[in-house]
Amino acid sequence: MDFNDTPQEAEFRKKVRSFLEANAEKRSTLAAKPKGDSGSSISSAGAPETVKGEDAAKVALDNAKEWQRKKADAGFAAILWPKEFGGYGGTPIEQVIYAQEEHDYFVHSGYFEIGIGMLGPTMMAWGKDEDKKRFLPKMITGEEIWCQLFSEPSAGSDLAGIRMKAEKDGDEWVLNGQKVWTSGAHFADYGMIVARSDPTALKHKGLTYFYVDMKTPGIEAKPIKQISGSANFNEVFFNDVRIPDSQRIGAEGDGWKVSLTTLMNERLAVGDPPGLDFDQIFEASKEIEVEDGLAVKNSEVRQKMADWYIQSRGLQYTKYRSMTALSKGQTPGPELSISKLVTASKMQDVSSYALDLMDMSGMVHQDQNPILKNLFQNGYFFSAAMRIAGGTDEVLRNIIAERVLGLPQDERSDKKLPFNELPSGKN
Amino acid sequence: MNFDFSDDQKLLRDQARKFLQDKCDRKSVRSILEDNQKNYNADLWSQISELGWTGTAIPEEYGGLGLGMLELCVIAEELGRALAPTPFSSSIYIFAEFLKSYGTDEQKKKYLPHIASGEKIGTFALSETNGKPKPNNIKTQHASGKLNGSKNPVSDGESADYIIVAANSDSNSNYNSLSLFIIDRNDTGVNISSLDTIDPTRPACTVDLKNVASERLGDEGSGWEMIDNIFNRAAVLFSFEQVGGAQVSLDEAKKYSLERFAFGKQIGAFQALKHKMADMYVKIELARSNAYYGAWALSTDSNELPIAAAGARVSASEAYNYASQENIQIHGGVGFTWEYDCHLFYRRSKLLSLNIGSIRQWKENLISNLEKRNIV
Repeated sequence: MDFNDTPQEAEFRKKVRSFLEANAEKRSTLAAKPKGDSGSSISSAGAPETVKGEDAAKVALDNAKEWQRKKADAGFAAILWPKEFGGYGGTPIEQVIYAQEEHDYFVHSGYFEIGIGMLGPTMMAWGKDEDKKRFLPKMITGEEIWCQLFSEPSAGSDLAGIRMKAEKDGDEWVLNGQKVWTSGAHFADYGMIVARSDPTALKHKGLTYFYVDMKTPGIEAKPIKQISGSANFNEVFFNDVRIPDSQRIGAEGDGWKVSLTTLMNERLAVGDPPGLDFDQIFEASKEIEVEDGLAVKNSEVRQKMADWYIQSRGLQYTKYRSMTALSKGQTPGPELSISKLVTASKMQDVSSYALDLMDMSGMVHQDQNPILKNLFQNGYFFSAAMRIAGGTDEVLRNIIAERVLGLPQDERSDKKLPFNELPSGKN
Repeated sequence: MNFDFSDDQKLLRDQARKFLQDKCDRKSVRSILEDNQKNYNADLWSQISELGWTGTAIPEEYGGLGLGMLELCVIAEELGRALAPTPFSSSIYIFAEFLKSYGTDEQKKKYLPHIASGEKIGTFALSETNGKPKPNNIKTQHASGKLNGSKNPVSDGESADYIIVAANSDSNSNYNSLSLFIIDRNDTGVNISSLDTIDPTRPACTVDLKNVASERLGDEGSGWEMIDNIFNRAAVLFSFEQVGGAQVSLDEAKKYSLERFAFGKQIGAFQALKHKMADMYVKIELARSNAYYGAWALSTDSNELPIAAAGARVSASEAYNYASQENIQIHGGVGFTWEYDCHLFYRRSKLLSLNIGSIRQWKENLISNLEKRNIV
């Protein structure tokens, strides 16, 4: 056992480091991530907030594009992509190494993760050659940003239950309906969307997958203000949006299969846990007074912190096990599936407990709150979202139970009936 | 990044697993559980000794195989899976490690070959009363080469040939007055009376000492420091035993949930149980990863060991306690019968989480070591 890179990995890490040192600003280890970016671990978050003013958002976006351009020029923007589409042609372990190194720098890559991590690979697998040639290079450089139009108000965990209508009209399709939880829809140039093309078919059979230009008439994105006050997501309305059949990806009725390609890549896109963890509460406990002195000296506080430590480091070492598998060219085991499940609840427990330690001042949630810059107040709100985004705790437990442990699937009433005959509570 | 056991170590694991499936089935475990006269399975002990397991991490010059601590971790996990009723942990994780770390060359030559061959068994006597052992409750005294006092509980004391005894070597009782002494249990003045434990396959006893002859192990007055270090080493090994037992608890819960039908379906199809088993899995995976980190620290003599060991210990204790508890719950009524095996794991998990200090204690160790290092 050792934690050393192989010679090739070390060589790659050196290259990455020298690129980052020359081009980006290092962040101090304990500084909280900026508000609104605390969710970069979930590929669907990490977009800038929009409620605090469009100018600031535009500056942030421009900075991110500039950074992405540099990354692309250096070849690091899409490490897993093949060279023919402008990628690095690298291995998963190289992708992990890059992410580890970039994590220490103050840069924004969140805007491009969905495109490069999920939508690009979907186009590579299912798209037409001319589309790949036209779109993939600009996805890498950040010139064009993509969003993923999947979830709907009545289809969250049960994604295949979407109702967005796609009706064929000659060589065109007409889209009508609503998408929700779409990160970056308000600044994205393009989106990939799955819609119901045949409501009389079985639920998973009546779907078709498309890409759309977000400037197409009839598309309107509205930010959703979350309990944190930030707006990382949008609801997107489609009113008689006409797109040519050439924008279909995969065959008519194959939308679920194509979506699975996107979703499988989502699981690989999950990065490092956000910066609210044992380390932060341990530091805070050295500053906060409780009934018998400093919190760090209080026995109950120490017992609690130990629990978070073993969860936090347990996840880190689990990642090392996965990296070992990747480094040997193997596919990591299912152990990665536990990461978000543990991280989100831990973050909620840590932040809630930290507010308790602060006692009355825990109530204060404004920028001048001196204790770790509102880190725990923000975490208190953000963690509630994190337990839901990217698979709820309950869906993740089901995935572990069924796919890892091999327990029976839930009994389902939606597999045998045509979609339009399924109970929905609405019809 | 190579955070995994080697192919050779995995081969050792497979062989050990197969051997124990064969030689240490549940009937064999129960034969110790249900027989008050037997403290361990002597046949199994001599077989695993012949295989060299007892000498795994003891240097060749002292009669061992001279393999590393990682190999010992591999074996520990298998012993935990099989609920092996042997004094392996007392003799190998603790007694042998004390000798390896603190024995003089003469002491190593005198004791280790017999421990490596399994022909003699060693253990360690620290606790004297309820609660955490600490200076004000260690009354055993060493004076003029003789030990006087009473120790309990002493794991595997009845089976042991040699016992390391923690005793105050001056009239004080503070963190600098404790020393360690080796005694021969057959010497005059040693009186042993057995104690019932929550897991009779892992027995304990009271050891009364009256003017018992002894030889000192390690420096005078450095007892607590030596104990901390050896308990850290043992904690990693125990964590592998615990992960092994926890994994089997989950496997058996799962198996039963697929066999048992209620309300017209396999009970393993109910989300309440699926999610419970998912939680068991999560705790076990975290514990396994923490144990691996402990194994790395142990095998490389890293100064991370105190933190890595405490993390492994806490994580594994919590995972095994949870898995064995919920295994009973998933079995329902039969889960708390003597006939079903759930209680074997329930007993073992709790006993293992106490025998080198409770979870509470190890959490405190973890945080205080993090404070000392101030490394977060």
